[in-house]
Amino acid sequence: MSKSITDIQQEIIQEFSLLDGDMEMTVFYIMELGQKLPAMNEANKTEDNVVKGCQSKVWLAAKLENDNVYFEADSNTAITKGLVSLLVRIFNGQSPEAILNADLSFMQKIGMERFIGTQRSNGFAAMIKQMKLYALAFKTKQDVKS
Amino acid sequence: MSVATRTSLDVENIRKQFPVLHQKVNGRDLVYFDNAATNQKPDAVINSLVDYYSNYNANIHRGIHTLAEKATKAYEQTRALAKEFINAASEQEIIFVRGVTEAINLVAASYGKAFIREGDEIIISGLEHHSNIVPWQFVCQDRKAVLKVINVKDNGELDLEQFKTLISSKTKLVAVNHASNSLGTINPIKQIIDLAHANHAVVLIDGAQAGAHLPIDVQALNCDFYCLSSHKMFGPTGTGILYGKKNLMELMPPYQGGGEMIKSVSFEKTTYNDLPYKFEAGTPNIADVIAFGKAIEFINSIGKEAIAAHEHELLVYATERIKTLPHVRVIGEAKEKVGVLSFSIDGIHPFDIGQMLDARGIAVRTGHHCTEPLMERLGVEGTVRASFSVYNTKQEVDQFIEGLDRIIKFLK
Ligand SMILES: Cc1ncc(COP(=O)(O)O)c(C=O)c1O
Repeated sequence: MSKSITDIQQEIIQEFSLLDGDMEMTVFYIMELGQKLPAMNEANKTEDNVVKGCQSKVWLAAKLENDNVYFEADSNTAITKGLVSLLVRIFNGQSPEAILNADLSFMQKIGMERFIGTQRSNGFAAMIKQMKLYALAFKTKQDVKS
Repeated sequence: MSVATRTSLDVENIRKQFPVLHQKVNGRDLVYFDNAATNQKPDAVINSLVDYYSNYNANIHRGIHTLAEKATKAYEQTRALAKEFINAASEQEIIFVRGVTEAINLVAASYGKAFIREGDEIIISGLEHHSNIVPWQFVCQDRKAVLKVINVKDNGELDLEQFKTLISSKTKLVAVNHASNSLGTINPIKQIIDLAHANHAVVLIDGAQAGAHLPIDVQALNCDFYCLSSHKMFGPTGTGILYGKKNLMELMPPYQGGGEMIKSVSFEKTTYNDLPYKFEAGTPNIADVIAFGKAIEFINSIGKEAIAAHEHELLVYATERIKTLPHVRVIGEAKEKVGVLSFSIDGIHPFDIGQMLDARGIAVRTGHHCTEPLMERLGVEGTVRASFSVYNTKQEVDQFIEGLDRIIKFLK
């Protein structure tokens, strides 16, 4: 059994609290997380997989394996990639149901709005919406099968 | 020039006049390098707004009471200052508008309606801000006219030889900027104006990036229209100037209808007011126009030459230092530039650079700077732009370079 969405969010909140609210350290840390995001399969970086509404370019692909969802993502900007990696980390390996019901309270707790700004926050919301849409599609498929 | 020329500036003293500069952003002293977007306001401008609303707020031109009289005088005082500032022949040639965007839209709509016919040509340049592109596209669509574009050379200068091949008896209007907001290029507008006039075309100059930086003499230039935004000249947002030659503007139809712009109104026939009021329909932006006057006085008190010399020194210093960093490409290396330094760093997105600099309290602009066709021409998605003003210092440039150095070391 993998960690729950709540557990992972808790971990992230913990990690960010170590940065003491220092903006520069936080930004560097976010980019570091982005650098650690597993490389996305180039074949999946299609126009269809571009998340609409993001200022910078973000690609997102998803698959269902053993009833759990796995995301792959990339971005052409390092900070966005880092932010996206947080979502991938939280959602990967979770059930469609859990993703659909997830309450992403970590965003507020780590003061996300301070470093995503108004321009990025719309894109970030679009990203979450897209992930939940994938989850919904997978859940619908599962429901049909069972 | 009536303004005394000084060679060195007391930057510390100037900085004291700008309250916004004295703050921490993300834990560090603010370094404001986004002056091409809008520059900061001195106490004189801020206090003038408070003074107006606290002491003599009234609608102008119509009232006979004391406050109205005082407000009208102050408003018209800015017109007198503006006339001197750009050396217009008469105050009737100074129209208050919302800013450069509205000035260009006014000319496009009014001049376009009166003088542009099917098959006529309008020439703009590849360096233009969207504000100096889109209004002309409207005119061309509406009048079935043709839009032509002066090419930009790799170094960011305009290709005047190609311009000479574009211009012909079909050309009715040429609209170019005095200086480019994206690259800083100062354009040879006197030459462009003379070439256009030789072909009986009128010329509009977008002076958004010149207002606070370059000497402007509309009579010496002999341009037909010149546009300025107050907020890029230490003044408030929401106001600016359209200069137009009187004989031309008298032939142009009003842009908007309403109060102020009329002589008399009846349901059968309305007669229009004289210049400049013909183009100032409705209650104008009184407070901001008055404060704009204080901004012009601020610029005059330092002197454009001294401002330009200081900014040039910062530009040269910043350009030299940035070129010592690995992977950096300076974009736009025209021989004549205002204090705008556009650049990219190979493999690092401009957004990331902008955000990382912001984390150190340094404000720059990233993106296409409202010049998408120019970005396309240069083959970049966008740039990072640092733009300097009279209150910036070499020490701030050092902080900026240090910030970039850290970013490159981290990401490379
Ligand atoms: C060259 C140039 N033209 C036009 C504009 C538009 O000015 P405003 O938004 O003040 O109307 C700008 C402002 O960014 C500019 O830099």
